[in-house]
Amino acid sequence: MTVTEEPQMEIGRDRRRKEDQRLITGRTRWTDNITLPGMLHLAMVRSPFAHAKIVNINVDEAKAAPNVVTVVTGKDLGEEQGSLPNAWPITPDQVTPPHPPVAIDRATFAGEIVAVVVARSAAEARDAAELVDVDYEELPAALDLKESAEDKVLAHPDLGTNKSALWVFDSADAGTGGNVEEAIAKAREDGIVLEREYRQQRLIPAFMEPRSTVVDPTGEQITMWSATQIPHILRFLLAAVLGVSEAKVRVIAPDVGGGFGGKLQTTPEEFITMVLARRLGKPVKYTETRSESMMAAHHGRDQWQKLTLAAEKDGTVTGFKVELLADLGSHVSLVGGGVPVLGAFMFNAIYKFPAYHFAVQTVLTNKAWTDAYRGAGRPEATFGIERMMTELAAELGVDPLEVREKNWIKHEEFPFTTVAGLEYDSGNYEAATALAKEHFGYDELRAEQKARRESKDPIQLGIGVSTFTEMCGLAPSRVLGSLDYGAGGWEHATVRMLATGKVEVVTGASAHGQGHETAFSQIVADRLGVAFEDVEVLHGDTMVAPKGLDTYGSRSLVVGGEALVRAADKVIEKAKPIAAHLLEASVDDIEFSAGRFGVRGTDQGLAMAEVALATFAAHNLPDGVEPSLDCDATYDPVNFNYPHGTHLCAMEVDTETGAVKMRKYTCVDDIGNVINPLIVAGQVHGGLVQGIAQALWEEAVYDDSGTLVSASFVDYLVPTAADTISFDVDHTTTPSLTNTLGTKGVGEAGTIASTPAVVNAVVDAIRQFGVNDVRMPCTPERVWKAINDGGGGDKTTEAAAPHFDDSGDTAIADGAPE
Amino acid sequence: MTRIEVTVDGAKVSDDVEPRMLLVQYLREKLGKTGTVIGCDTSNCGACTVHLDGRSVKSCNVLAVQADGHEVTTIEGLATNGELHPMQAAFHECHALQCGFCTPGMIMQSIDLLNDNPKPDEKQIREGIEGNLCRCTGYHNIVRAVQTASGQEVGK
Repeated sequence: MTVTEEPQMEIGRDRRRKEDQRLITGRTRWTDNITLPGMLHLAMVRSPFAHAKIVNINVDEAKAAPNVVTVVTGKDLGEEQGSLPNAWPITPDQVTPPHPPVAIDRATFAGEIVAVVVARSAAEARDAAELVDVDYEELPAALDLKESAEDKVLAHPDLGTNKSALWVFDSADAGTGGNVEEAIAKAREDGIVLEREYRQQRLIPAFMEPRSTVVDPTGEQITMWSATQIPHILRFLLAAVLGVSEAKVRVIAPDVGGGFGGKLQTTPEEFITMVLARRLGKPVKYTETRSESMMAAHHGRDQWQKLTLAAEKDGTVTGFKVELLADLGSHVSLVGGGVPVLGAFMFNAIYKFPAYHFAVQTVLTNKAWTDAYRGAGRPEATFGIERMMTELAAELGVDPLEVREKNWIKHEEFPFTTVAGLEYDSGNYEAATALAKEHFGYDELRAEQKARRESKDPIQLGIGVSTFTEMCGLAPSRVLGSLDYGAGGWEHATVRMLATGKVEVVTGASAHGQGHETAFSQIVADRLGVAFEDVEVLHGDTMVAPKGLDTYGSRSLVVGGEALVRAADKVIEKAKPIAAHLLEASVDDIEFSAGRFGVRGTDQGLAMAEVALATFAAHNLPDGVEPSLDCDATYDPVNFNYPHGTHLCAMEVDTETGAVKMRKYTCVDDIGNVINPLIVAGQVHGGLVQGIAQALWEEAVYDDSGTLVSASFVDYLVPTAADTISFDVDHTTTPSLTNTLGTKGVGEAGTIASTPAVVNAVVDAIRQFGVNDVRMPCTPERVWKAINDGGGGDKTTEAAAPHFDDSGDTAIADGAPE
Repeated sequence: MTRIEVTVDGAKVSDDVEPRMLLVQYLREKLGKTGTVIGCDTSNCGACTVHLDGRSVKSCNVLAVQADGHEVTTIEGLATNGELHPMQAAFHECHALQCGFCTPGMIMQSIDLLNDNPKPDEKQIREGIEGNLCRCTGYHNIVRAVQTASGQEVGK
């Protein structure tokens, strides 16, 4: 008797990452590391004004500076520089200002590029940039989002309005639900109507690697290295905008130091570097400083949310109306107004609203333009609904989990078509919530909260809940087409069987910290029955991976991974006739299992590597069969997938000072089948901290003249290790039914879920003082004011940055130690 | 230009540098030690952390001329004969990095922390690496890595 031991499956193993070795030893290839012979360097001259006419630019002195090659202005570049694209005009009549990479006659935000210096070294370029003399005529700036929506001051006077597009979804019109106005009217009669206005503050993605671009125009292909999430989209748009043949452009995203949506952009700096390298015929590099990155790389969020929730007296929800103002900043960027639209399908979340209305007005202002930031539209939606469900619970005087459970989609009701028209394939909110409560010690913490309230403890405890879902795996091409997005949402993969038995996997996804090299190796190792170590994943270079749609929207595994599975399956099918021929058997008798082609009913067989070698040699192949096992697949998803989870947060609030402290954070996410639990946990941890940071610390603050005062890590509070705690992370597993692997996206889940959990906890701690909201970030000042005068919704003052004080001497004296 | 002599990762080097050149620029631009990176311009992020005579410094906050006659160790000089430094190994084992950009600085700072305090508790670890920013990991696994490298029991 033989006992065959099942080989250990790679999927589900906590494999340590393949990509770590080079990253922990410093053998990295960041774009800024690249140096080419004769390479020139750029420095940007940026507008200090939010809105100003460019009267004259004198470059004489700069041009005469040591080792300066040239200085160019927007006028010099003219048509040659093109106009930066918006890939998602959300309505046919969207107002979209032209977007030259270098401003020509008007600067439209503080930080916009008005001239470019090219020099032999980066230091000399920067020195000379100081010598460029720009004569500005300052114009009134559109800064406040609400005022800008009223067209009080115009961001682009020629356009006659700041209103870019109004995008509406109404369940009655779409046939997916009832009329929300009727639901609200009825609730005013005999139910509950909650009306709230929330602020999604402006955020900065703050990836750790500043953006950098190198362009080498020598040789047949123009090669661009860039710190980007989207090498394929960048290549397409460089060609489309600049009129260069796409086949002549190669884009490489080498090691990329984080993105979080912030590198989901085709930037002015990339276009400028490309144009100047072509003009000068020399390799050119531009690397931004952190301050430039904060000022001029795109920002995220920035919405006002007017929310109306209707419910019956027993807490059954009957309607939800969402009216958003979204700040586009100075231009409609690559995804632009599409970001809030991605939230349109998520405000109803996991709840069975019979009627739903969503409207977003996008608005142009004289601030840095906004675009995707981790979660892109879905954090905003999740915040809105999860805050409102907690408010409903408070109104009813019941536990926030109780009112959620009353209204959420029950496990047995899946698949479920929502009031926003999406079909949720699977989910189990009951299981995730039960496990989260157990881990958290929910009942014990509620008891402690009660005791602290009764004893009037100066440290009050609040418990926040967020039972989120999201749509991810962007996206079915047909859906994107119906929303007027400019591209599809498929992904491509190639599996190449090398003669030595190694496997090269090429993916169109473009990792920048996600660990694709490891996770994708695990998938292919299982599928082909080869060793994890024998799989090499190649990506991020349009010459190596010519087809792809890159990495964003939690899509790489659920779309790119599925493409990989299909390519691998094709390899097996392609190898079967060859294996049959070599084994002198009928193809019908060939079985493939654990990396071996066996002949049914015999002990004969060949390993995948043996078939690969025989195919390479091609000495003995069946007639008419090509000597290659390589296969590719392009997969277009049929649906999104819908991760969900229950997040519970305990916050301690010092009612005497307003200081808040996180006590405990538990999350149980259901992301379906997990390929690598270690990588998943990492994604959740990092996502949580970004969401928590929105709740407590981060905000891009402009002063009254439109200067970004939080333009460095001194003032923009990216949390440190000392600000954060260790998290309690677990999972339930309800496999997705929309892909072979049963996986769901995880990259954005933590960020989407955590922000409302934290704010709900802060509000819960101080609701007894008559507080029902604290505006984000929940600073001690705001919390203290909320407790003392109910005024927790103040605008963030720009006083946080006293270092630009007019009276420089005083400031130094004040700040100096004795 | 000023002539400096520095020992970097065990090798003696000598160069003429501009007095304003930062140590991090010297390492990257003159020596090709691109494992050490620049993440900000206000000395907040710590991505450029190296050891100067065995103590951690942010190399954007030291002039190259100040390193004259001293010994600098970068992330590239940690592994010996192909063997990872225990802190490097712990970062790998605990999945304490994602994009990896902050990692060189984070590892150099964590080594310095353990040199000062071989058995730090979680609070001491978090405060000890407070000067190094990471945007990917939420610090959870970095704390685990430092605990591991210090030979202490690691939380979940």
